[in-house]
Amino acid sequence: MAVVYEKPHALSDLELHYCPGCTHGIIHKLVAQAIDALGIEGKTIGVAPVGCAVMAYNYFNCDMAEAAHGRAPAMATGIKRSLPDRIVFTYQGDGDLASIGMAETVHAATRNENITVIFVNNAIYGMTGGQMAPTSLPGQVTQTSPYGRDVKTAGYPVRVSEMLSTLTGPEYIERVAVNNVKNIRNAKRAIEKAFRNQMEGKGFSLIEVISSCPTNWGLSPEEALKWVDEKMIPYYPLGVYKDRSASEAKEA
Amino acid sequence: MSEKVLMKGNEAIAEAAIRSGCRHYFGYPITPQTELAAYMAKVMPKIGGTFLQAESEVAAINMVYGVAGTGKRVMTSSSSPGVSLKQEGISYIAGSDLPAVIVNVQRGGPGLGGIQPSQSDYFQATKGGGHGDYHLIVLTPASVQEMADLTALAFDLADKYRMPAMIMADGTIGQMMEPVSLNEIEPHPVEKPWAITGTGMARKHNIINSLYLDPATLEQKNFERFGRYKEVEANEVRYESFMMDDADYCLVAFGIAARIAKNAVAALREAGIKAGLIRPITVWPFPKEAIAEAADRVKAFVSVELSMGQMIEDVKLAEGCRKPVYLCNRTGGMIPEPEQVIALVKSLEGGEN
Repeated sequence: MAVVYEKPHALSDLELHYCPGCTHGIIHKLVAQAIDALGIEGKTIGVAPVGCAVMAYNYFNCDMAEAAHGRAPAMATGIKRSLPDRIVFTYQGDGDLASIGMAETVHAATRNENITVIFVNNAIYGMTGGQMAPTSLPGQVTQTSPYGRDVKTAGYPVRVSEMLSTLTGPEYIERVAVNNVKNIRNAKRAIEKAFRNQMEGKGFSLIEVISSCPTNWGLSPEEALKWVDEKMIPYYPLGVYKDRSASEAKEA
Repeated sequence: MSEKVLMKGNEAIAEAAIRSGCRHYFGYPITPQTELAAYMAKVMPKIGGTFLQAESEVAAINMVYGVAGTGKRVMTSSSSPGVSLKQEGISYIAGSDLPAVIVNVQRGGPGLGGIQPSQSDYFQATKGGGHGDYHLIVLTPASVQEMADLTALAFDLADKYRMPAMIMADGTIGQMMEPVSLNEIEPHPVEKPWAITGTGMARKHNIINSLYLDPATLEQKNFERFGRYKEVEANEVRYESFMMDDADYCLVAFGIAARIAKNAVAALREAGIKAGLIRPITVWPFPKEAIAEAADRVKAFVSVELSMGQMIEDVKLAEGCRKPVYLCNRTGGMIPEPEQVIALVKSLEGGEN
């Protein structure tokens, strides 16, 4: 009998702790599939964040480290500088990467650190129970913006991909989503490319994945996916924001 | 006998680290430790090592955390305000049972303080520093030679006990030039089967981690760690005892303060007062037994410090309220003169006559 589908080898057999309808599971699978497809599990080292994906170190079969909140790009920098022939990735949420870890993110990018960053943006702090994130939308109701995010006092959501693409340093920046099959297939391609870039020594690649959080958005899983389409993606347009190698090839 | 070279204390640490097999250094500019980073910046690229000027002290220590996880020898250095920033990462490194070497060339505080020498980070260094139950091995050099020797020792002890070690120097020793011999330094590497180096598809994945959501497991981890700390306390206490055999007055001082105290001891002896010095070389573990033993014989202790009196608490705990303990100090970047120490001890002697 032909195998038409199986769990990626790089993903462990443990039951994921994520809430029903959360898309972290899909994103974990896409990362593991990329590791499988490139045959790099034995030489890959992952860095987990603080946030909902804090226990990602249990879910990937490659060597893993658990960083302090926001410091994954710094920790990954240390690992990569120590072992330049290994493949090093971070997996971070929006609070981790775009708030407390913004400095580490920007500087790893501007150094073009040869690592792969998977940035999961669901516009909320999930693990701590739904507080306002740096990426929460204007007017979005959260535990710490109970009257909706007021841009006059809380400022505007950060568009990480756009911001990082203004830097000369990084190799590749793309924003994808995982709210429907078409977007998931595209996200799979993007994530694999981000790992391949590292194998080819091209440098810092960040894939921003627009994700959903039904629990803390107070929506059903299905409504949450719709909310991604109707609210998130208009503010966070999908697409390739920076591809230095492709741009250089075009200019040449 | 090996050849001696003239070096600054900060440079001696850097060269000793390299000779100890350290090939990864991460730092952020701050006075008065800059020579150390500059030395690393010059040498590391030439020997295939990493020098990286991080975006912050926070980033630097987390880069150290990453390298430490891979099992390689790694160092960062800073001065007091920068070391405060590193406490988060140091706590994670301790909580993940990783070896690393952190250098604090202390300056006056609190806050931005000043840039002159100080010893006022004693509490921070010896009582943990960051959050949670943990210790560092804290070594306190009193000469440029010791800056080198204790750096080599710090790497070996950190590896042996899987815990961070700190060189706690001060701006004076950091900036001071003295002849130093480096040829004896050789690394003593240990096996690190726990390191994250890639599974090679040949073993189960290793995880570098300090998170244990089950309180019973976390408690057990802390018990195990403190079991190792007990071994450190049993095996790694280091101190120098100077003219203590017949001493009536025991000065206690480390680092630059110990050099001042030593001068004071010599002068007091000339004046017919039997003074001696216990110089802790490790301040964690603290030479408790040496102090306790001295308490049986001496009339009083004098803690000589470049702080408002921090080590004095450990002296008091060690001597167990048996003898009076006096503080002789300057702070904020001021350095006590030997005369200040001499005058204090003479007043004690006079008071008893």
